[in-house]
Amino acid sequence: MKISRLSQVYASILINAVYEMRNYPITLASNIIAPFSVLVLILLVSHGVLLGISIEGALITAMISGGVNLQIDLSHMKNDFKLQDMLVSSPTKPFTYMLGMAMSALTNALPALTVLTILAFMFIHAGPTGTLTILGVFALIFAFSVALGFMLSTFGTDIQQNRAFVSILTVILATIAPIYYPITYIPLPIRYVAYLSPATYAAEIAQHAIGDLPLSASNLAIDWIVLVTVSCVLFFVVTKKSHWRDP
Amino acid sequence: MGDLLECRNLTKRYGKEAPALEDVSFSIETKGIFALLGRNGAGKTTLIRILATELEPSSGSASINGMDVFKDTDKIREQIAVMPQEARLVPWLTPRQTIYSYLLYRGFGRRDAASKVEGALAKLGLGKYENTPNRHLSGGVKRRVLMTTILATDAKILFVDEPTTGLDPLIRADLWANLNELKKTHFICLTTHYLEEAERLADMIGILESGRLLSLGTLDQLRSVVRYQYSIRILQGGSSFETRVGEAIREADGSIQIFTTEEDADRLTEQLVKEKKRFSVYPVSLDDIFYYLVRKPIEEDTRRNSAEQRDLHED
Repeated sequence: MKISRLSQVYASILINAVYEMRNYPITLASNIIAPFSVLVLILLVSHGVLLGISIEGALITAMISGGVNLQIDLSHMKNDFKLQDMLVSSPTKPFTYMLGMAMSALTNALPALTVLTILAFMFIHAGPTGTLTILGVFALIFAFSVALGFMLSTFGTDIQQNRAFVSILTVILATIAPIYYPITYIPLPIRYVAYLSPATYAAEIAQHAIGDLPLSASNLAIDWIVLVTVSCVLFFVVTKKSHWRDP
Repeated sequence: MGDLLECRNLTKRYGKEAPALEDVSFSIETKGIFALLGRNGAGKTTLIRILATELEPSSGSASINGMDVFKDTDKIREQIAVMPQEARLVPWLTPRQTIYSYLLYRGFGRRDAASKVEGALAKLGLGKYENTPNRHLSGGVKRRVLMTTILATDAKILFVDEPTTGLDPLIRADLWANLNELKKTHFICLTTHYLEEAERLADMIGILESGRLLSLGTLDQLRSVVRYQYSIRILQGGSSFETRVGEAIREADGSIQIFTTEEDADRLTEQLVKEKKRFSVYPVSLDDIFYYLVRKPIEEDTRRNSAEQRDLHED
C-alpha cells in the first residue's frame, strides 16, 4: 500500500482542530476571543494610540499560544488517550505527526488570525516590505513556540504539569515581552529583563516594520539573529531529546 | 524464516529497578490467538509494547514473520495494529471520526479511508452509534469502537492489551465472540489477567510472572506441566488426610488446594465425604495451572510457605 503522508498530516488537523471546533463550538469561540483580552485593555488604557501595535501584539500572541498550547494537546494524546502509542506502532512517522500537530495548532489559531488580519488591514499600513517582514516574524515565532511546545511535551508526564508550563511561558512570552506596546514604555533597568524573552525580539522587528519603533540596522540584525538562533537551538533540542519509540 | 513470532533473551529494565522482563525467549506460529497471562506487573504490557515496536528492550531480539522488530520497524508497522491497555477514545470525536482519522494516520487516502470506515462499522455492529460523540458511549461500546478502529486497517497482526478489563460479563462475551471470529483471519496477541478469557480464546498461552516466562503452550500442554489431572479444593482446612500422589497448597483463607491424579482424587473424595467436609473436585483448569505455576516460585522463595506445607502434611 502506498502511504499518503498528506493524509497523516490531515488526520492531526482533523482530530486536534477541525473536529474539536466542530464538535465543541465553545473551543471555536475561545480560540477567536482569546487574543483580544489584552488588546482591548491596551486600547482602553492608551485611548486608541496603540491600536496598530496592539493588533500586531494580538497576532503574535495568537501564534505563540498556538504553539505553546500544543504541548497540552500532545500530552493529552500521549498520556490520556494513548493515541501516540497507537501511532508509534503504525506507519505514521514522527516528523509527519509533528507537522500535522503543528498544522492543527495553526488551524486552531486561524479563526483569531482571520479576525485580527482584517483589523490589521483596516488599521495598520505596513507596505509590501513591512508586510513580508511581519509575516516572516510570525512564521518564526510560530516555529519557535511549536518547538517549545514539543520540547516541553517530552518532559511533562501529565496534563497538570503541562498546564503549569503554559502559565509560566505565558508570563515569559506574553507578559514580560512588550508585544502590545513599544519596549520604550518599560523603564530602562527593567527593560533588560524583557530581553530574556524571545518574543521581545519578534515584537521589536514587527513594531519596526509598521514604523512604530525606530531601530538601527544593527539592532534589527541582532533581533533577527537572536530569533533565528533560539528557534534553531530549540529545534535541535527537540530532535535530540524527543523520542518516538520509548527508550 | 516462516510465519513465526520469535523472542530471544528479551530483557527490559527501567532504571535500577528489578527487570520488568527477564531473558524471555520463545517461538510460536503467528496464527490464531496468543494470550499472555500474568498478574499485574508480570511484564505482559512491557512484552507486548516491545513486540509492537513501541518500546526498546534493554537487550535481546525479536522478530515477527522473519522481520526484525528493531531493524525492520517500518515494514512491521505497516502490518501491525495496536490497542493499548489504557487507550481512551478522544471524547469530542464520534466513532466514525475516530476510525476515519486513524485510517488517515495509517496512510490511507481520504476516499479509501471513508469506504473502509463503512465496512468496519457494519462488521462490529456499530452503525447506530457512528455519529454519537464518544463521550456519550458506554464503556463496552467504547471498547468496541477501539477494536473496530484497529480492525479497519489492513493489519493482519493485532496487539491487544487487556481488551476486556473493566467490562461487564455480557459485553466481555460479545468481545470474545468478535475475537474468536477475527482469529480466523488475523494473528492476535493479547494480554489478560482473566484466566477464563485465555482459556476460551487462546490457541497458545504464555504465563508470565515477575518478568519471566514461566510456561508456554496450548492449554493441553500447560495441563501436562501441572502433571496432575485433578484439582480438589477443600473449603475447611485441618482435615486428617494425606495426598499419596500430588501437591497441596494452603490458601490464605484457610482452604486447601490439592493437585492429584484421578485415582488419588477418588480416594480423597471418598474420605472427604465420610468426614462431611465441604469441597469441590474438578479437572485441572487454566486457573489451577496459573496458580500452580505462579505460586510455585513464590513459595520456593519463602520459608513461611515451606513451613505451611510441612504443617499440611503433618495434619
